[in-house]
Amino acid sequence: MKPLDPRLLRAARAVRTHLAVTVACGFALTGLILTQAWLVAHIVGGATDGQGLDELGPLVAAVAGVAIGRAVLAYGAEAAALRSAAAAKSQLRRRIVAHVSDGPGRGPATAGELATLTTRGLDALDDYLARYLPQLVLAALVPIAVLVVVASADWVSAVVIAVTLPLIPLFMALVGMHTQARTRRQWTLLQRLGGHFLDVVEGLPTLALFRRAKAEAALVRRVTDEHRDATMGTLRVAFLSAFVLELLATLAVALVAVEVGFRLLYGQLDLTTALLVLVLAPEAYLPLREVGARFHASMEGIAAAESAFAVLEAPRPQVPGTGATARRGSVSLEVDDVRFTWPGRDVPVLDGLTVTVSDGRSVLLTGRSGAGKSTLLALLLRFAEPQAGSIRADGVPLHELDADAWRARVAWVPQHPHLFDDTVAANIALGAPDADAVQIAAAVAAAELTDVVEALPDGLATRVGERGARLSAGQRQRVALARAFLRDPDLVLLDEPTAHLDPDNARAVRASTARLLQGRTGIVVAHDRGWSDVVDETVVLTDGCAGASPAGTTKGTPAALVGRDCRPSDHRRSQGVAT
Amino acid sequence: MRGPLRRMVGLARPRGARFALGVLAGAAATASGAGLLSLAAWLIATAATHPSVTALSVAVVLTRALGVTRGVTRYLERLVTHDAALRTLADVRVRVYERLARTEPVRRFRSPDLVTRLVSDTDATQDLLVRGLTPPLAAVVAGAGAVTLATALLVPGGLLLAAGLLVGGLVVPVVAAALSRASGSRQAEARAELSTALVDALHGAQDLAAYGATGRAVARVEAADAVLTATARRDAGLLGLGAGASALVAGLTLWGTLLLGVAAVTDGSLGTVPLAVLVLTALASFEIVAPLPAAAARLGAVRASGERLFDVLDTPPAVRDPGGAGVLAPGALQVRDLRVRYAPGEPWALDGLDLDVAPGTRVAVVGPSGSGKSTLAAVLFRFLDADSGTVAIGGTALTEVSADTARGVVSGVPQQPHMFTGSVAANLRLARPDATDDALWDVLGRVRLADDVAAMPGRLDADVGEHGIRLSGGMRQRLALARALLTDASLLVLDEPTTHLDPDTRDAVLADLLAAAGGRAVLLVTHDLDRLETMDAIHVVVGGRVVQHGTHADLLARDGWYRSAHRLAPLAATVPGS
Repeated sequence: MKPLDPRLLRAARAVRTHLAVTVACGFALTGLILTQAWLVAHIVGGATDGQGLDELGPLVAAVAGVAIGRAVLAYGAEAAALRSAAAAKSQLRRRIVAHVSDGPGRGPATAGELATLTTRGLDALDDYLARYLPQLVLAALVPIAVLVVVASADWVSAVVIAVTLPLIPLFMALVGMHTQARTRRQWTLLQRLGGHFLDVVEGLPTLALFRRAKAEAALVRRVTDEHRDATMGTLRVAFLSAFVLELLATLAVALVAVEVGFRLLYGQLDLTTALLVLVLAPEAYLPLREVGARFHASMEGIAAAESAFAVLEAPRPQVPGTGATARRGSVSLEVDDVRFTWPGRDVPVLDGLTVTVSDGRSVLLTGRSGAGKSTLLALLLRFAEPQAGSIRADGVPLHELDADAWRARVAWVPQHPHLFDDTVAANIALGAPDADAVQIAAAVAAAELTDVVEALPDGLATRVGERGARLSAGQRQRVALARAFLRDPDLVLLDEPTAHLDPDNARAVRASTARLLQGRTGIVVAHDRGWSDVVDETVVLTDGCAGASPAGTTKGTPAALVGRDCRPSDHRRSQGVAT
Repeated sequence: MRGPLRRMVGLARPRGARFALGVLAGAAATASGAGLLSLAAWLIATAATHPSVTALSVAVVLTRALGVTRGVTRYLERLVTHDAALRTLADVRVRVYERLARTEPVRRFRSPDLVTRLVSDTDATQDLLVRGLTPPLAAVVAGAGAVTLATALLVPGGLLLAAGLLVGGLVVPVVAAALSRASGSRQAEARAELSTALVDALHGAQDLAAYGATGRAVARVEAADAVLTATARRDAGLLGLGAGASALVAGLTLWGTLLLGVAAVTDGSLGTVPLAVLVLTALASFEIVAPLPAAAARLGAVRASGERLFDVLDTPPAVRDPGGAGVLAPGALQVRDLRVRYAPGEPWALDGLDLDVAPGTRVAVVGPSGSGKSTLAAVLFRFLDADSGTVAIGGTALTEVSADTARGVVSGVPQQPHMFTGSVAANLRLARPDATDDALWDVLGRVRLADDVAAMPGRLDADVGEHGIRLSGGMRQRLALARALLTDASLLVLDEPTTHLDPDTRDAVLADLLAAAGGRAVLLVTHDLDRLETMDAIHVVVGGRVVQHGTHADLLARDGWYRSAHRLAPLAATVPGS
């Protein structure tokens, strides 16, 4: 693990400035440390030689000057570091958001992690930039400067310091390697024991139900005790590295003190030089100790930076195509022999899918979960591109069209529509920010939202809360429907619009959907065969390809559906069992 | 003001001796560092007067010893305090757990976020001892030693050092921690706005792309980010004050000591050797207070945790448990005029509900979401007390017997059955700790899970993962059901056992579940109207009361909620139950 990730320097201009300022402050601080030691040695030495305040006055005053200088430097360095940290976090945050929002990919699977990373996660950079890096710079500068000064004053002490200093990183690395192996061996055990309490508290209602709540208290103690034993076993070794650091640093100072004392005794050294060496010796080791103490801050900061770069360096999904496309009321779709595998999966979710939806007709897409229904909608929305086969809209391959222009012709009501922390009106007008009140009211009425909106304290101006928390799942679904109405699309894509709704809500959603589909091309993904009253045709997806539509549920022309022979695949048997 | 911290320290009192040992070791470590320089100063200053070697021999030995003691005692301190803190943690966890077990955390601690926070607040106890209290206490002991030495050499010097240490170790850390808290609360609003904007932009990425609104969302994130960054940059100046003040206090104390010391040497009240000792003691002493700003900040965070923790511990129990040895014989369930609400002033969740379940019958409670169905299940599980009305089994009110006695007769599957990290067998044996493997296989067979479990590596010993993550949704529900079947309960309450399952699984689970219940009474709480043909009675609950009841056929023949709702689920109407 590198102490400073070069990508951090490249990515955030603020970090480069920060590093320059930190190094400059480091040099200045090193100078002041040396000056202070020199002053103390000369004042005490001078006073011992019988000089009074008259002679030593300027030197004593200089100590106050050094004090003020160090204070100003400490203040300035910390403030500047925190300022740079804020700027660096901001730069990284903006880059991540820009990068991620460019290609929406698989959806909200990693959104939670990203939101945490871009807020609290990046805060780890505060300590890293403001506390760890400056110490790292000092750890590089101060020991060398001290060595040079001590060597010029007393080369024997310089040798002691020069020999012990490199031993510290060496021994720490040796101990660290040993510790790491041991910690890794214990990691699973520690994880399991550490997570037990949370597990028990989360499962308390279940424990209570089975009359085990009281009995588990004894188990909580036993597991916590086991956790303590395991943790202490790890800590006994883990603390060794700090032990080595403290021991060597202090022992070296003691050795220097004794050695200097004896040489003073034998008259090989004067008191002022001896004091200078004594005051400077601990300073050579201090930055190393500080770096050791801030090891955690560095780990967390580097880990945060690494997560950020993992996001930034992930390839952006390419959305090709620049072809113009214009709204014309409806659209005809031809999905021809499409194969698609999600990144990171071995098995294609769609394999040889062929479906045709003619102009102005609507199709119900059913099939068991995992059959690829939502994936087909994602391909139609250009969230991903098929690996084989083609999708044509009005005869033009989809990938030749400009993605945004194409999406402007589409209205999508996802399974879990995301509502933004804004007013109801703004959520409905997501795709048409310039819509006027009349248009919004019409969309509200069409989506059967009028009653809901009237019941809200500020009507359309009511804020819906984070992720639409103020509204129920059914109401959120209808807000998404209103979005779709307001867009007046050529193609309507609905994903499980009633899956988690109770019958009252389902009825309302179904009625408004039927109106939305009139005259437009539509694909409704649903498990619920009740939707067959609303659509013209039904397609059953099995294992990534379209099967025949079941008798009695098809009102339209079965000829419009071209079902391919489904390729048998054994690994699909495992579907329905989470991995 | 001090309340939560003092009470948290109180929790650690049983481990006081270990903890004191840790503080002493910490003080010894800190004092060794400062003492080494004081002693070395004496050694050097004395050596400069060219005495005999023997005069120095004790100091030489001591200096070398101090070089070793700091590392050793620091290592000891860390081990002892961590051990004491982890022991205290066990005590605190048991206390928190026992309190939670008594208050039945069904509503108040239901959200996963609250549970997680409660657990991390509990764990903050160790932070209090290791990082919050040990450094200041060790600093007090070591600081007192340094001041005593300095005072013995030169009284004004000692007083100056005491003042410097107090300012650097108490005033500066406390003020710095307060500034940092103030800055935190100033940034809180900007942070919340940024977090909301980020959640919207990231979670809603697909919705935004589909509606061409990505640019606007990114602009909002950038605006929120600009506000937060500007506030943070402004506050950086304040937060740097602590570091500056610490350096200033240490430097000025050294300056003052030099001034006093040189003057005292000139007027003869201080020797030259004591001068060297005094000056180097003053120089080294500020290492004693160096860790205190971090400790003060830590104490602030721990105090906030303690406040939340005691808030939970002080909450009166949600369920009155008469305890005692009252018995409850199996019999018919009779619910009369049940009224429940979650807090005074809130609307009634159940508003005069009546319900009967005869032994061995299957009864469904249906209704729109929010109608109070799950509240009924919570009352039956004794997770919640009714405000009025009665719930009786065989004529005995559930509230007259202990909660555990009641749960011996009424059990089932709560809305989100918890799967514990561990084996399939361990999860099942919660319900019957002495069940044999054969009994487990039998019950797994009844819920048609035996083949799946037999196919898992380790079979009954297979790990289900955190929250049962290694099982599919259908398997988790079946396992929860198997667990309920292992009890002796004569009434099984199944709260939405088929939500989050896809329709094929849903049908199969429900059919298996009713078949497996055997001769027990079943109360099925659901919003799903499929496959209710076989139920002996169906109760429609709307607005917290029963508005319709009868069999499936009765209810379909009559106008009302059931029939109109049922029309919307044509699958059940057109496909006969099989």
